[in-house]
Amino acid sequence: MIRYVLKRTLSLVISLAVASVVIFLVIEVAPGDPAAFMLGLNAQPDTVAALRTELGLDMSNPERYLAWVGGMLTGDFGTSYTYRTPVGEMIADRLWVSLPLALYALALSTLIAFPAGIYAAARRGKPGDMAVMGATQLGVAVPNFWFAMMLVLILSINLRWFSAGGFPGWEVGIFPAMKALTLPAIALALPQAAILARVMRSSLIDILGEDFMRTARAKGLTRRQALWRHGVRNALIPVLTIMGLQFSFLLAGGIIIEQVFFLPGLGRLIFQAISARDLIVVESVVMLLVFSVVLVNFLVDLTYAAVDPRLRNRT
Amino acid sequence: MTVIPRKLAFASALALAAGIGSAQAAQTDITVALQLEPPHLDPTSAAAGAIDSVLYSNVFEGLTRFMADGSVVPGLAKEWDISEDGLTYTFHLHEDVAFHDGTEMDAEDVKFSLDRARAEDSVNAQKALFTGIADVEVVDPLTVRVTLSEPDGSFLFNMAWGDAVIVAPESIEGIKNNPVGTGAFKFADWVQGDKIDLVRNEDYWGDAPALEEATFKFISDPTAAFAAVMAEDVDAFVGFPAPENLPQFDADPRFTVLRGSSEGETILSINNKLQPLDDLKVRKAIAHAINREAIIDGAMFGLGTPIGTHFAPHHPDYVDLTHLSQYDPELSKELLAEAGYPDGFKTTLKLPPPSYARRGGEIVAAQLRAIGIETEISNLEWAQWLEQVFRGKDFGLTIISHTEPFDIGIYARPDYYFQYDNPEFREVMDTLQRTTDPEARSELLAQAQTIIAEDYVNGYLFQLAFPTVANAKIEGLWENAPTQATDLTGVRWTD
Repeated sequence: MIRYVLKRTLSLVISLAVASVVIFLVIEVAPGDPAAFMLGLNAQPDTVAALRTELGLDMSNPERYLAWVGGMLTGDFGTSYTYRTPVGEMIADRLWVSLPLALYALALSTLIAFPAGIYAAARRGKPGDMAVMGATQLGVAVPNFWFAMMLVLILSINLRWFSAGGFPGWEVGIFPAMKALTLPAIALALPQAAILARVMRSSLIDILGEDFMRTARAKGLTRRQALWRHGVRNALIPVLTIMGLQFSFLLAGGIIIEQVFFLPGLGRLIFQAISARDLIVVESVVMLLVFSVVLVNFLVDLTYAAVDPRLRNRT
Repeated sequence: MTVIPRKLAFASALALAAGIGSAQAAQTDITVALQLEPPHLDPTSAAAGAIDSVLYSNVFEGLTRFMADGSVVPGLAKEWDISEDGLTYTFHLHEDVAFHDGTEMDAEDVKFSLDRARAEDSVNAQKALFTGIADVEVVDPLTVRVTLSEPDGSFLFNMAWGDAVIVAPESIEGIKNNPVGTGAFKFADWVQGDKIDLVRNEDYWGDAPALEEATFKFISDPTAAFAAVMAEDVDAFVGFPAPENLPQFDADPRFTVLRGSSEGETILSINNKLQPLDDLKVRKAIAHAINREAIIDGAMFGLGTPIGTHFAPHHPDYVDLTHLSQYDPELSKELLAEAGYPDGFKTTLKLPPPSYARRGGEIVAAQLRAIGIETEISNLEWAQWLEQVFRGKDFGLTIISHTEPFDIGIYARPDYYFQYDNPEFREVMDTLQRTTDPEARSELLAQAQTIIAEDYVNGYLFQLAFPTVANAKIEGLWENAPTQATDLTGVRWTD
């Protein structure tokens, strides 16, 4: 087990190192000068040069790469070119919106997908299965921002039950804050739930055909007991993989949803930073997202090992 | 679609029940939405109009200031004397003006602000406004004398810009996140990515504003903007980004729609140094190939005033020169043939992100195709546009709105991105610079407008509209945008 964990950790570190180089290169190569962007159409060339010096943009690329990575290792993400606030603080502020939103959406999608997938698998081929599969087909096909707009149109503009967007901040209390995140979370969760329900169903159907299921029935368990005790648990492995991927997607993929609901989250930060060529912010946020993907995968790998003893001994 | 204003009906029912009726106090807080968030809060070191949209006149003030109609009136300077030769301006400052941190605003602060803006290492985006200043001298705490190197007829106008506001050396360090000015509102809080809160400055030297609290919210997506106004999450949306939705607000008694004009001359910029666009006949052909009405209707849903030169139509010195470039595709074809391109030619059309450019670009391309000019359209992000078009001058045509007020002077800069180089025009601008007599200035401005229109430097399309949608009970919002500002000092709720 220890060897397994060590190996995984090493691959995590290598992935991060490679990612940092790629991110830096890709973002630095993209055309566009942050100083010129900030000073606009009437600026004089000497003013732009003065700002470049002030921002440290006149250093060479390797120098800036080392400064960036060195800073991150000591917990300093640098200072945003445009906002002039520490990037670490900005990311932390935004995570207070994006992380709860991602978790909220993941919880909703799990709550919808598990029962739906299990129900469909148990009634394979029957009308209930068909109905669930039809609905998930729709859920996979329709983009989340369309759901978002429909939710706003019906629940905010016509019924006035929710604000059309915005986030009041956690200091106003858990309930109003969660309420503000509800429509975005539903919009994010529905397409994810559709995918997850389909994975759950097919994985469970595979498991139901296994020999050990027949053995379980032969030992005298009812269909339902066999399904819950042996089926669902074994079907969870592929489902966990998908959930791991989905969580990273929800964290980063809120960009459009955060625009639609004008939420001050990570997605909006990265969107603004890209258009303003606030390179240091883009680099750091992307790096953080890579880190979260790699970390989630690492944790999922460890969970496999916990769920499936065969993996622990494999080297 | 009818929406019942429930909150409102409920509130008035309550009011009636309690017998309060019309004695109810007017609301004193407001939530104003803007499309763009300021990158930081220092108007003197960035071009971003969003900074002025929040802070101009509300938090920061200059020696002079713009009014809603574009006129320039005294600001922190209550009056001034101008020497005979037009070189020396002596400003007399208002007494008892304090910055929001309690420090006094005096002549030293004025000197500091102007010297900072014109310094060698200044990062002021409009440094050109200050380069004519030779010396700033403190006469006494309430008098400051500015000496120019040569007379400048637009000096007082220049001092009204958001880039020329008065800041204090005591608070300059933190200005980007904690702006300290002299205005009627104090900066209170900024939740980045979301909103900025201002509160009334109880020690304001001028007339106290009616509002006690103001929140600026930033909503960039046009669909979200529509939803936020419709759901009454915001009280006003200044610079509403979706012109197609305005008729819906017109029809709804809850809202008023202001269709103001901005300082944005939207033009089809032409690279005057690139073949065959360096040929006057070719540029004239392009100008006559453009149907402005079709572009305004198609790209802006009818919002926008046609222009025939690089000047704002609401400006008193504007000359209507649209007749010089009437829509006449037949004439265009003749001109192209005369210039030696009977079968037309191919060029690039590079479009920045705003919808006036993207939607307008498609229409312009179709109109040019009709006279034989093929355009290769590429959509660019702002940063790319600045790099390729503005700095690299690597383009044939582009569409862009020049939003700085009174910016006809860019035609006197031969290295400016469209590369217009005409000594005669520069001569006129030089004379204008030295002229202070209003009538003579009017004349010179008319001359300048005519020269660039007759040289067909660029295709002049329309003045960008500035729509505002607000709760019908709010009054005092600026209709036009003579500078990018959301001046809240005169805004109030009517009941």
